[in-house]
Amino acid sequence: MNTTIMLFLLQDGITNGAIYALLGLALVLVFAVTRVILIPQGEFVTYGALTYASLASGQMPGTAKLALAMGITACAFDLFVARKTLHGRLILRSVLANVVLPAIVLALTISLAAQKPPVAVCIALSLVIVAMIGLYLYRIAFQPLAHTSVLVLLIASVGVHLALQGLGLLFFGAEGQRGPAVLSGAFTAGALRFTGQSLTVYGITIAFIVGLWLFFGLTLYGKALRATAVNRLGARLAGIRTTLSGQIAFLLASIIGALSGIMIVPITTLYYDSGFLIGLKGFVAAIIGGLVSYPLTAVAALFVGIVEAFSSFYASNYKEVIVFMLLIPVLLLRSLAAPAVEEEKD
Amino acid sequence: MSALLSVTDAHVGYGKVEAVRSVSLEVGTNEIVTIVGANGAGKTTLLSAIMGILPLKGRVAFAGQDLARLDIEDRVAMGLGLVPEHRELFVTMNVEDNLELGAFRIEKSRAKASIERIYTLFPRLKERRKQLAGTLSGGEQQMLAMGRALMGEPKLLMLDEPSLGLAPIIVADIFRIVTELKASGVSVLLVEQNAQAALKIADHAYVMELGEFVLSGKASDIAANERVAASYLGFQHEGASVL
Repeated sequence: MNTTIMLFLLQDGITNGAIYALLGLALVLVFAVTRVILIPQGEFVTYGALTYASLASGQMPGTAKLALAMGITACAFDLFVARKTLHGRLILRSVLANVVLPAIVLALTISLAAQKPPVAVCIALSLVIVAMIGLYLYRIAFQPLAHTSVLVLLIASVGVHLALQGLGLLFFGAEGQRGPAVLSGAFTAGALRFTGQSLTVYGITIAFIVGLWLFFGLTLYGKALRATAVNRLGARLAGIRTTLSGQIAFLLASIIGALSGIMIVPITTLYYDSGFLIGLKGFVAAIIGGLVSYPLTAVAALFVGIVEAFSSFYASNYKEVIVFMLLIPVLLLRSLAAPAVEEEKD
Repeated sequence: MSALLSVTDAHVGYGKVEAVRSVSLEVGTNEIVTIVGANGAGKTTLLSAIMGILPLKGRVAFAGQDLARLDIEDRVAMGLGLVPEHRELFVTMNVEDNLELGAFRIEKSRAKASIERIYTLFPRLKERRKQLAGTLSGGEQQMLAMGRALMGEPKLLMLDEPSLGLAPIIVADIFRIVTELKASGVSVLLVEQNAQAALKIADHAYVMELGEFVLSGKASDIAANERVAASYLGFQHEGASVL
């Protein structure tokens, strides 16, 4: 193999790895805070990507309607749970956040979609739409189960994944889509050619990781999220609502997913079901990080990306197999290193 | 005078086993009340149920409001605080972050002042404020757990076995601080195996055995009670019968 090919593969691997890193971080975050293994993370990716691509090509994405429908359901849940202690402020807050907000976004989407809005507007709208879906998803599917076992949450997670994937087929059809590059143009450095899009991927990944680090290290809400992850009961005794932490975690995960999708869709054609596989690779990274370590997950994600790039060059038929095989030695090592874990108590 | 906390006919169980049976208790404003009893008497279970961690049959009212429909976080917001037996600290975060999170629901400007107050109360915490909570000694962890609960500005602080496993000199310190809390207007509900120390600082006391209150009264009377002296205070009055 010559050096040029190797450099190309490395570059390709790092670009994909950066995306997996973001997804892996989101998975670790959601699991640490809510104990949910977020299988629908991949759907956030496809929803973000295809909403963006639809908007950019002047089509109306069905996800905006889904957000409103889910918002109304979430609002109904809120009001039903609080039916004995209803008061004006609570109703107003729930209606504003769950019904009025998605209704406004839907109206905006309908009016803008026909005029092929500029890239920045498409990105902003797609992010808002998917973020709302993530938030309402937590309210509808996971908040009512917050105190059940990891297994029940996992089953719910699989269910949500299948439902969202089906809806994806309904909204976007079976055809794949591509979106416009966020940053066009390219330059060459030596044998390597850097496209604007791959630089965007690096830039956004780094910015997001720094942003998350600042959020968790410096802000009260970030610390509250960490506290919930470290000690759920302790956090509740300090007055931190598990619900609030769950909402923030899902909001972040859906934004990260959608952003990843928007970054990949100019590079690769995405289908309604492509997200699952992409999410799974983030999951491989998260598992290597033990579902707890953020830095290890980020490094593992880059490794996954590079392994994928090389295996697609040497044995493209076995590309996925090789990537997922990474899990076996990791799990083996972890099972040997970790003491026998008791079934969790809560 | 209406009590700050009143529990009426409370039953708490784990499945079919009733760990607390038909218990009623009151804590007044500016009062230290203690529940003493042997290991396994149901003291911790009772505190957990008052806080909303375990389901409770019966009535619990705090500051005149029924707590039945409120979850843990609402009770914290109303001014009920619990320092649990296992402390439940955020072990991978530093002392200052732990304290700051204790004031999660309190206005930021007030929280700043509270942190200084906690540091005056526990100078050791100030020295260690950048240290991870998990690396503190047992006594320091207990101080941090109390500090974190106090950051939430409770009207009533419930302490579950604050002296458990600590060196006598630190135990004395913690009991001194409990009396200081009372002086600053915080009521305390103290659960202790160290009955001698608890009865010394309490106004009112309950004795718990096998899930029920068997005795209650002024702390000084309870301390003088022969049966209590024999069972919990480690000495026997002349002629006293053990149970």
